[in-house]
Amino acid sequence: MAGIIEKIPMLRAGSKKDKGSKTSGSVTLRVYRSNSANGNSYRYDTFDVPIQRWTTVLDALLYAKAYEDNSIAIRYSCRMASCGSCGMKINGRPRLACYTNVAELESPVITCQPLTNFSLIRDLVTDFSEFFRHHKSIKPFIINQNADLMTSEEVSEFIQSPRDVDEYLQFSYCIKCGLCYSACPTVATDVRFLGPQALAQAYRYYADTRDNGSREDMKNIDDKHGIWRCHFAGSCSNVCPKGVDPALGIQLLRRHLTSFSKHDKKIAEMKHHGQVT
Amino acid sequence: MLQERQIMRIHYITGLAALFVVAVHILMRLIVPYHTSLQFSNVIANYHNFSYAVLLESILVLLAIHGFNGLRVILLELRQKSSWENGVTIFTIVAMIAIIAFGTRTIIVANGLGVG
Repeated sequence: MAGIIEKIPMLRAGSKKDKGSKTSGSVTLRVYRSNSANGNSYRYDTFDVPIQRWTTVLDALLYAKAYEDNSIAIRYSCRMASCGSCGMKINGRPRLACYTNVAELESPVITCQPLTNFSLIRDLVTDFSEFFRHHKSIKPFIINQNADLMTSEEVSEFIQSPRDVDEYLQFSYCIKCGLCYSACPTVATDVRFLGPQALAQAYRYYADTRDNGSREDMKNIDDKHGIWRCHFAGSCSNVCPKGVDPALGIQLLRRHLTSFSKHDKKIAEMKHHGQVT
Repeated sequence: MLQERQIMRIHYITGLAALFVVAVHILMRLIVPYHTSLQFSNVIANYHNFSYAVLLESILVLLAIHGFNGLRVILLELRQKSSWENGVTIFTIVAMIAIIAFGTRTIIVANGLGVG
């Protein structure tokens, strides 16, 4: 951290000048301003925002909104990279505003733009309808016709070994922030492409031994605009704030769909009345 | 109609197979001096060699299938309309068949099997 502070002149100057003070300097915040209801015109508003070592881009935006222009539109909620609401392009790269420390950007000017590949609502707020429609289309839940959780009086047990969990665990960390979707070059050209998030989630449930594999036959994944249109650019994995590797999930699902590898998927083992069926 | 996964399976297999046969083809050109290799009489002699003619035919078929499917994939990304997609599919299949037919004819004629 000290190394980063040394690289930023205004932080270094601020830390010497205001030794003992909480304020460490300031950055220039350039915020994309547009309202889709008023046409396609846009502008960048500039704000000088005081920063501290722990100031995130979301903190800076909220400062500008609170003290300089309360009409800035931002979507945010948890402020701890759990809800995935505050995704935006920060200095040209899709990031979570709450998870991006101003100091780590190493730039005196921070440009905030809405996520690309999403239609704009206002300023930094984008429309996630299409993104969630793609997500829902892959049925992001466990499908198991053999499960008697709803009908039987005695609930069955799904047995999973730690190895089974490892097959899909990293993909279950997805917070649906849309950064991978925004970074994907195929989504930019093919509006019907499901996108890395939905496809990685398809693999997440496909690889889950509790799921009985009926998702394999889903036509929207194995479609002209489905999983085969991924170019493997890898930018989705590069921008994921949760360490998920959607590109890997897509390749693994492709491998299973082409049957080049035998999928060791097991029908969920259930203990029913003490007997494995 | 083939499923997309079956098409892509063919795409990957033809790609890998084409890599192998083209490598063999290039190696066969490299083991003899360049001017000798491409002299008219040597080229015709190659075509008369049945194994070599089969190698050329396999290169033709594999590259045509792989290449035209690749073209279909690229064109599908340009527009997302069913009429465009159907048109692209029909065009690439027809073009692929035409190229394979013309190339096969050339190999048969050069091989001296009696056509033309």
